[in-house]
Amino acid sequence: MNNLEIGPILRALTRNKVGAILIAIQIAFTMTIVVNAISIIQERERLMARESGLDDANTFFIDSSGFTDDFNEQVTVQEDLANIRALPGIISAVQINAVPVTGSGWSMSLQTTENAEGDGTSVAVYMTDEYGIETMDLELIAGENFSPTDVRWRERAQNNWPDKVIVTKAMADELFPEENWQYALGKTVYIQEDEPLLITGIVDKLQAPWVSWGGVERSMISPEYQLFGATKYLIRAEPGFRDEMMPQVEELLAQSNDGRIIRNLRSIDDQRKRSYQSHAAMVKMLSLIMVVLILVTGLGIVGLASFNVNRRKKQIGVRRALGATQGAILRYFMVENFLISSIGVLLGAGLSVGLNIILVDQFSLTPIDWYLIPTGMIALWMVGQIAVFGPAQRAASISPASATRTV
Amino acid sequence: MFGYYVKLAGISIRRNPVLTGLMILAIGLGIGACMTTITVNYVMSSDPIPHKSDQLHYVQIDSWDPNNPFSDDGDPPDQVTWTDATNFMRDKKAFRQSAIASSNGVIIPPGDDSKPFMAAMRITYADFFPMFDLPFQFGSGWPSSADDNHEYVVVLSRKTNDEVFGGEDSVGRTLNVVGKEFRVIGVLDEYFPVPKFYDVSTGAFDAPEDIYLPFVLKEDLELNNNGNTNCWKAQESEGFLGFLQSECINYQMWVELPTNADKQAYEDYLYSYVTEQKSLGRLERPMNNRLPNVMEWLDDQEVVEDDAQILLWLSFMFLGVCLLNTIGLLLAKFVSRSAEIGLRRAVGASRGDLFIQHTVETAIIGIAGGILGLGLSLLGLEGVKILYSDVPEQIVQLDITMVTLALILALIASVAAGLYPTWKACNIAPASQLKSQ
Repeated sequence: MNNLEIGPILRALTRNKVGAILIAIQIAFTMTIVVNAISIIQERERLMARESGLDDANTFFIDSSGFTDDFNEQVTVQEDLANIRALPGIISAVQINAVPVTGSGWSMSLQTTENAEGDGTSVAVYMTDEYGIETMDLELIAGENFSPTDVRWRERAQNNWPDKVIVTKAMADELFPEENWQYALGKTVYIQEDEPLLITGIVDKLQAPWVSWGGVERSMISPEYQLFGATKYLIRAEPGFRDEMMPQVEELLAQSNDGRIIRNLRSIDDQRKRSYQSHAAMVKMLSLIMVVLILVTGLGIVGLASFNVNRRKKQIGVRRALGATQGAILRYFMVENFLISSIGVLLGAGLSVGLNIILVDQFSLTPIDWYLIPTGMIALWMVGQIAVFGPAQRAASISPASATRTV
Repeated sequence: MFGYYVKLAGISIRRNPVLTGLMILAIGLGIGACMTTITVNYVMSSDPIPHKSDQLHYVQIDSWDPNNPFSDDGDPPDQVTWTDATNFMRDKKAFRQSAIASSNGVIIPPGDDSKPFMAAMRITYADFFPMFDLPFQFGSGWPSSADDNHEYVVVLSRKTNDEVFGGEDSVGRTLNVVGKEFRVIGVLDEYFPVPKFYDVSTGAFDAPEDIYLPFVLKEDLELNNNGNTNCWKAQESEGFLGFLQSECINYQMWVELPTNADKQAYEDYLYSYVTEQKSLGRLERPMNNRLPNVMEWLDDQEVVEDDAQILLWLSFMFLGVCLLNTIGLLLAKFVSRSAEIGLRRAVGASRGDLFIQHTVETAIIGIAGGILGLGLSLLGLEGVKILYSDVPEQIVQLDITMVTLALILALIASVAAGLYPTWKACNIAPASQLKSQ
């Protein structure tokens, strides 16, 4: 301890308390913001990294709405699907009522017992045919796919359901929390209180359309084509062919029938960017705030340290003249900064947790991971040491002879 | 004397340009960050219809599942059913009232080579236009007789009129909407309320719709539901009418109640209405009627994004760090001038003189920082525009209030930051400084 000269440094610090306290508080606040910002960034990145279940990179969708009186929706859908599926470069295509990540879709509630009032599990509904599994790149982990004869046509205001359903593993877990997910296969669940659905298949993963919904992993697939007036096609291209196929499909649909409007041609990748735009923006803004803040704090330390060095020029010269090495002078400033930073980061640890408690409470964020606190402490220690190094080196290079001159 | 202090400040700033630059930069960054987030929050929480927002009320009654509340905090549903909306319109108990909803449909512009397009529609009653003071470029809203007679009339947004009719006065012309010939009765001028208070269900900062049609045509033309449709009960009868008559909520109900007495009367009406419906076997949940005005409703719907508020908090802490930085630097600067201060005191300057002198210096630094901060907040708002591609222009604009606020904030912040260092400087004893040198 002796050669670190902590005693004399502390005694010197008490003669200039305010300056040291200011730096300590500044470090504490900086750490508080940085730690909480990193925690928010981590949370957002986790959200953005979740998989939709689709083959995101090769999949796109497009809307078609008929508007003429003689527009035959059923025939058009059948022709469209046959035409799109026949295109070289297309793996598969389906008509579907909603697409993951897009933010609009249907939800229903499923119950494990008939007429169990108010005891359902909400679930996103996808209506599509037997090509759905392949188009959405789902893995059927139990049971079987729909057969073509299972798929029926649904009118806009129709309120009954087909008798088979495929659910996601997450939905199976939620329906039968006591059992493992395989248990759900072959079980009957109830929709709209008393209409039975037989679970004939379970798929690994398919997200609901609403990315910020708590039940985003809970989805079901119902074997139905839709006659809703506006139709959505989900199309999966061969790897690498998506950008080539998108205009081709649009052209094909527009040419084949002019009694309709073709719109909203969009890739899943593009949709992801839109749906997660606010999260991506938050990550960028918080990162910028962090970098600028650390720079401001660092520069502040450099400025203050430089001042102190200038002010103590004469004393430093005297110490050098009395035999202190350059290393000792350098060490003096580094240790001084380390002591101030230590107070700062300890205070910062408390403030970080405090701010986080407020943020969790007010904005229902996730609490910070414990390791961010020590990481933040070490990071700010390092910022302080790096910032003070320059001025400390200048202090060390003050010649002993300056002690003999008056300032 | 003031001029002399400014001159002294200039000399002092020139003597330590790097240090002064650092202080201006710190204040500028802090102010810039704060102004960016304050502007976004200020616009998001602004009153979209200030002259009558306290007279416009959103109607809520509890039509939800008797076994399950609509929300855990006890709020009634955020929209109403078709049945209730049309009943409220039939009873007409307010000064003005309109049930509204969003829909969409195909418009076929006149002309042989025109390209049909999908338009966002708002379906309303006649009162919608005078109630919310929509600005008209040509014509006006429709009379309430058009609602009663289910007339095919349409009001176009300015943008739609520009696209379909080249911006000319199209009142009286016909337009094909969802396959029917509609008569144009009015064209709106620029209209972009922020927030879009009359319907925040799909996003409080969305653009207004392209065209406006009578609400009653929803049933005749089977217009589809846009926005959120929430149901707790299966529809009892088949078909479109069965769907309308179900307990699904997709409609917003607004009333204009100019006085407190009117509001009281409408509350009484709602009470008796719900009681009557209960006797018919509907609305089985406990009585839970609400009649929030515009700002209460926006507050209840939490239209200010959480992210904007988080950034506001963080940016104020950021400003705090920048000010601590400035205090430290000013302190160092003033204390290093002890000799000079001692000399000035010795030749007769009072503490008050020194106080003013140093305050002038910090104020100059503050104003410079404020101007830099304004520039940075313009950059920041540009950044927000790039990061959020669909944010309305109004949210990312500085107005004169904001500019003034920025400069005042910068001035106050810097002078406050300078207080302690100035006080320290004023208390330097003249003798001690003169001796040692």
